[in-house]
Amino acid sequence: MSLMSAAFEAQGLSVNLGGRSVLKGIDLRIAQGRWTCVVGPNGAGKSTLLRALAGLLPHQGQVLWQGARPAELTRRDRARRLSWLGQSEPVAEDLCVLDVVLLGRLPHQDWLAAPGARDRQAVESALRAVHAWDWRDRLLGQLSGGERQRVLLARALAVDAPLMLMDEPLAHLDPPHQADWLERVQCLKAKGVTLLSVLHEIGVALHADDVVVMQAGCVMHQGPCGDAFSHRAIEAVFDQRLAIHAVGSQWAALPVSTPDGV
Amino acid sequence: MRSLRTWRPAGLAVLMMIVAVSGLALGAAAGSTGWQAPWLAWKEPQAWQIVSEIRMPRSLGAWLAGALLGLAGALAQGVFRNPLADPFLLGSASGASLGVCLYLSMWLGSGAWTLSWLAQLGLTGAAFVGAGMAVMITTLLSRGVQHTLRLLLAGVIVGVTLGALSSWFSLLRPEVLRIMQSFMLGSTGLLSWPACALMALALLLCIALAWPLGRVLDALTLGENTARSLGMPVASARIALVLTLALATGAAVAQVGLVAFVGLAAPHWVRAWAPLPYRWLIPLAACMGGNLLLAADLLARTLMHPQDLPVGLLTAVLGGAYLLLRMSRLQGQGTPV
Repeated sequence: MSLMSAAFEAQGLSVNLGGRSVLKGIDLRIAQGRWTCVVGPNGAGKSTLLRALAGLLPHQGQVLWQGARPAELTRRDRARRLSWLGQSEPVAEDLCVLDVVLLGRLPHQDWLAAPGARDRQAVESALRAVHAWDWRDRLLGQLSGGERQRVLLARALAVDAPLMLMDEPLAHLDPPHQADWLERVQCLKAKGVTLLSVLHEIGVALHADDVVVMQAGCVMHQGPCGDAFSHRAIEAVFDQRLAIHAVGSQWAALPVSTPDGV
Repeated sequence: MRSLRTWRPAGLAVLMMIVAVSGLALGAAAGSTGWQAPWLAWKEPQAWQIVSEIRMPRSLGAWLAGALLGLAGALAQGVFRNPLADPFLLGSASGASLGVCLYLSMWLGSGAWTLSWLAQLGLTGAAFVGAGMAVMITTLLSRGVQHTLRLLLAGVIVGVTLGALSSWFSLLRPEVLRIMQSFMLGSTGLLSWPACALMALALLLCIALAWPLGRVLDALTLGENTARSLGMPVASARIALVLTLALATGAAVAQVGLVAFVGLAAPHWVRAWAPLPYRWLIPLAACMGGNLLLAADLLARTLMHPQDLPVGLLTAVLGGAYLLLRMSRLQGQGTPV
């Protein structure tokens, strides 16, 4: 891992929100071209870490994207380099699906130019990737929660950025579409894209390559998802109320009903 | 499908042009003695003077003021990401009228009051400053623009307070009170050509300022973080848009007074026709606002003729009825308003 250059690097990253210290001096290296998941209990600072890495929050310490300081890049360069998908951000209801996904192309368009052929192509492939192309003319307000999330995923894909930061990308998705997403991630990785996502569902998170385990604003562990140490670290931050079992070649995380175990 | 997405807004634009032109023609023909074809007045100098100096600037001015309000409404709803935001609910209209009131108080003392160019310009400037200050106070009080209820409450507080201040100032001066009274009701009766020219200038300026920032508003519909991640200069665009909104409100309020609901309804009706990105919505909401106020002005002139109703009274009643209808329909669907 040390041979690979880091997609994201944080040194002494601290964030205070409303007088409360949410991130406490985090040092982190996220490998290029891999899918890394951030897991941890509620309030551990997972979303805050993602926002700070995206440069959307004032913070102390240093953040590097592919070795560069975001502040030294132009606004457009930043937007082309990193695609962001937030968690349950309020979204207008009266927008049509195609227009929403087209917004993902803003970093590639000149200020007053209309979308070009490349933009339309990127939008179509992003919408097809989430199986939403057929209803591209519907309004966001007419969609179910899962359908809406797929449109927002397509919007993030349309940016076509080498770095993707996603907070709960699989929220509201049914299992077939989750499986589609896992396949799509493999395609993105094959193109050299780095994905970093927060996922609260441990069973899905363990499909990633690496896992970052957080608790109370600190990173407790970072390692491959298949590693037993990672599993023990995850079980520890959830107070042993969760057990990770091998099921075939995959992992399942099951709740433990009493602190003494099953 | 692509054709539908382009044709719908284009169709609406054409339709609104037709409505505007026929409305302006009707406006030139509607007199206090009944309908009269304007070309018949061409030969009589006196009748022609009524058409060219009173009816034509009045109709065109009503359209322009409505367009400015519609534009301000579209911008307010986009910047504050709030479908209920309009120049009135944010307090900017009350701020504009306070500016007008203070300006009148100072000006009336210093000499004869005429509707000269310079006076119009000063009036508009005062209204612009008042509107801008009011929006700033509202956003400061609501500590940002994210929280809908807080924003609306702050807007109401600012609106009521500034409204009370203008009443107080106008009570101190009887001659100001007279002018402010017709002003508060919203009136198109005094519109002159200089007022039209000023509003046309302001409208062009506002569209030129707002149109390029439309894509920031589009991006903002996905949330502030997403807009910033897409490389949009959210903070500076917001300031520029609020200033544009204040300019549009100020320019309209300085000429026609307080005209409610046009700014709220115009963007809604455009969106009801088709979901549109802001580069379409901004000009179309302006056209829609213009047509709405022109129609209201025609009604105000003819409904109880020969008496001339204040146009603001009409828009308030019609707009209130529309909102009531919408509210009951939403409740019928089980959606909280």
